[in-house]
Amino acid sequence: MLQGSVTSLEVFFLTLLFAVPLALPVTAGRMSGNRILSTVTKLFMLVIRGTPLMLQLLVVYFGPSLLCIWINDRFGTNFRPAWPRFVAANAALIINYSAYFAEIYRGGIESIPQGQYEAAKVLGYTRNQTFFCIILPQVVKRIIPAMGNEVITLVKDTALVQVIGVSELLRVAQETQSRLFSFMPLLVAGVFYFVMNWAVEAAFVRIEKKLSYYK
Amino acid sequence: MEQSEEIIRVEHLSKSFGTTDVIQDISFSVYKGEVLGIIGPSGSGKSTILRCVTQLESVTGGSITICGKTLVKDGVYAERNIQHEIALSVGLVFQNFNLFPHYSVLRNITDAQIHVLGRSREEAEHTAMQLLTRVGLSAKAGNYPCELSGGQQQRVSIARALALKPQVLLFDEPTSALDPELTGEILAVIRDLAEENMTMVVVTHEMAFARDTSNHIIFMDEGVIVEEGDPQEVINSPRQARTKAFLLRFNA
Repeated sequence: MLQGSVTSLEVFFLTLLFAVPLALPVTAGRMSGNRILSTVTKLFMLVIRGTPLMLQLLVVYFGPSLLCIWINDRFGTNFRPAWPRFVAANAALIINYSAYFAEIYRGGIESIPQGQYEAAKVLGYTRNQTFFCIILPQVVKRIIPAMGNEVITLVKDTALVQVIGVSELLRVAQETQSRLFSFMPLLVAGVFYFVMNWAVEAAFVRIEKKLSYYK
Repeated sequence: MEQSEEIIRVEHLSKSFGTTDVIQDISFSVYKGEVLGIIGPSGSGKSTILRCVTQLESVTGGSITICGKTLVKDGVYAERNIQHEIALSVGLVFQNFNLFPHYSVLRNITDAQIHVLGRSREEAEHTAMQLLTRVGLSAKAGNYPCELSGGQQQRVSIARALALKPQVLLFDEPTSALDPELTGEILAVIRDLAEENMTMVVVTHEMAFARDTSNHIIFMDEGVIVEEGDPQEVINSPRQARTKAFLLRFNA
């Protein structure tokens, strides 16, 4: 079970590590003045947020193989996609979470008063300086509660990667339970998720407190 | 006053949003050391003029020249770098202060000096402290905007604008968001600046202040200049019926 919980933790941290920055270009696409770019991004976000994560995991894992079989059949080629479960699991979660984070970022960015942009412009800041030094720090503060919510959900969503055969904690716990005829493994798994989220919550409270020096 | 260097020249300026003409055919000049007061009812286009001069809005037609440099001629804008150069010579104080809430008072004043003008931190802080002392807030350097009163925030925003040493400072209803009790401290700061011959354009609803501080007054209504001239004359004995009607409400 220890290995299972390490896998869960790995999925959690890898998703967070990639989805948090990756959501920024998604937000930029969503808010872009370019109609094509914003429509494509909107469609992407609609599909990702409108379908089950479990289905997305299946598509990301089996999709390339099925595609290769189809191509091989048609063109007589011999592609064999090497797409480890663990990588596919992370890829699916990163895609899924970057769509959700992007929507949170967008809400945060749009909540910053226009006056902040105007003050920055009049003071001669460039557009990049305005965004990264004036707007973004304020956005970070505003999205902390929503992000906390999403990260807590992520902890629990790591359990879904078992549908493509990744031995994460809950799957291992279930196997152990049926092997030992004991309820204990599931209880341990439950406690693990709970403690994990306790830590997440504590971290967010800390960040919120750290940013509370201004309103 | 003798005609010294022309800081702002606006010619036949017009601005429309869609089919609505917000200002039409506005022309005026502001000379070095002069204070121009702009008065008029809400929605008359006063703020829009300031927003065009500070490049927050793009004009529909007309010309704007700042310190001899052409920002826009007959509706055609200069190149980007010239726009930026001109922007730095014009300061703007907003009605709602628009301080950066995540920066301390000191950093609000030093940040643009360092990151826009490229001054050293020591120099920027030295300038900031001088300005804070001047607006009576040197004790608040380490505080955050949310810890200050509205009047104090507005004084910080004036210091922030002055820190970049603009050739002209524009005020967009600087006291309108403040309690009546706090307007005095802002007006006093502007009055001090006028005494030091700072070139300024002040859009305001404080008629007595406009009369006593300005060298020239423009009364606007529905996007056009209805009347302009000597502050005493315009405010104490207006010629146009529209100006009289407007001022009557303030003297009542």
